[in-house]
Amino acid sequence: MNEPLNPQRRKTLGCLAAWSGAAVVWTLAGGVPRALGATTSGGIAATSKHAFTFAQISDTHIGFHKDANPDVVGCLRRAAADLNALALPPALVVHTGDISHLSKPEEFGQARELLSEIRVDRVHTIPGEHDALDNGLSGYLKQFDHDGKNRAWYSFDQGGVHFIGLSNVLDFRMGSLTSLGDEQLAWLKNDLRHVSHSTPVVVLAHIPMWTVYAQWGWGTADADQALALLKPYGSVTVLNGHIHQVLQKVEGNVALHTAMSLAYPLPTPGQAGIGEPGPVKVPAGELGKRIGTRELTIVRGKHELALIDTPLDHA
Amino acid sequence: MKLCYPLFALVLAATAHAAPAADVTVEIRKFAFEPKEITVAPGTKVSWINRDETPHQIKTDDGSFTSTAMDTNDHYEQVFAKEGDFSYVCTLHPFMTGVVHVHK
Repeated sequence: MNEPLNPQRRKTLGCLAAWSGAAVVWTLAGGVPRALGATTSGGIAATSKHAFTFAQISDTHIGFHKDANPDVVGCLRRAAADLNALALPPALVVHTGDISHLSKPEEFGQARELLSEIRVDRVHTIPGEHDALDNGLSGYLKQFDHDGKNRAWYSFDQGGVHFIGLSNVLDFRMGSLTSLGDEQLAWLKNDLRHVSHSTPVVVLAHIPMWTVYAQWGWGTADADQALALLKPYGSVTVLNGHIHQVLQKVEGNVALHTAMSLAYPLPTPGQAGIGEPGPVKVPAGELGKRIGTRELTIVRGKHELALIDTPLDHA
Repeated sequence: MKLCYPLFALVLAATAHAAPAADVTVEIRKFAFEPKEITVAPGTKVSWINRDETPHQIKTDDGSFTSTAMDTNDHYEQVFAKEGDFSYVCTLHPFMTGVVHVHK
């Protein structure tokens, strides 16, 4: 399997470069991601000996069964198979929230079983607001308490990268954006105290850490405070979910990326005729092009990080 | 004994007065509460029903109650016993806000 040379994949990448939203490749050069042309995508495999690869999936919404996607379980299974078949196998997977649709115990249980089908060291999760219904995060934490501390934020190190999982889905303010809250910001400050500024940092948070569209609550009120703490670091990559589409923003050494969902697309902010962020029902055959997975590769010594977004429907 | 009758009548009257006003329903449609603002008498049962394909959950600003998660066509009921102004928000979509005014 040599995906970067696959003509279909090349075509897909080309589309994305034109912002059709299907797939994208980024490199992290000196800590700052920039788009790679499709023709350079073969470079990732070429440096695989020194690379650390992981994958991002998001917004699986296990429990959703409406017209926009009657088979979210099947889609997660396809994603698992895709990740298991990658030429450059990911060491770990991060899931950036909305694992479940309604925070039901059986949804979390089924999601956990499905995620175990991905052959990686571990699937690291953070909660989305759909995982925080009814009893806050208690249902989520029963299945996904990563460090046994009964809270949704944590950090870990792997492959020379410092990973930070944050929770920005509990502190909703009246008519306003969500926030991380003071307790979590204090924890973050303390956590970073032990991380050298040359260490690549990857931050996970469900709701975008920049204000994509305030009218729909697509932003985090105190994100700036968290990003200020990350300013001294040479390479910071923030991975978000929530908005079910690929967007990116670069701010100094911080690159922020949202991901596709594995359940259904959401409208583009301000899309004509769509006044609310509800599931978009696309024509038959289109769904697999609008949902998918992301592979990320950090090449040590070259300071490069590559992101490849791959829709479920690919050759 | 004479005094008992007026007292009894008074209790009856009070009971009659507290008898619930008509229940009120707020529909959730296209990520908005309809009506967004309602005024009800104390003791009124307010129901929210979700007509969207997306779940919603409401929470009052003062923390007095949080609804269960409402999927499509699910509803949640709350009796407002005390007077006051109860503004609330959807915990999934904080741009969705509403208010229940409870007054005699």
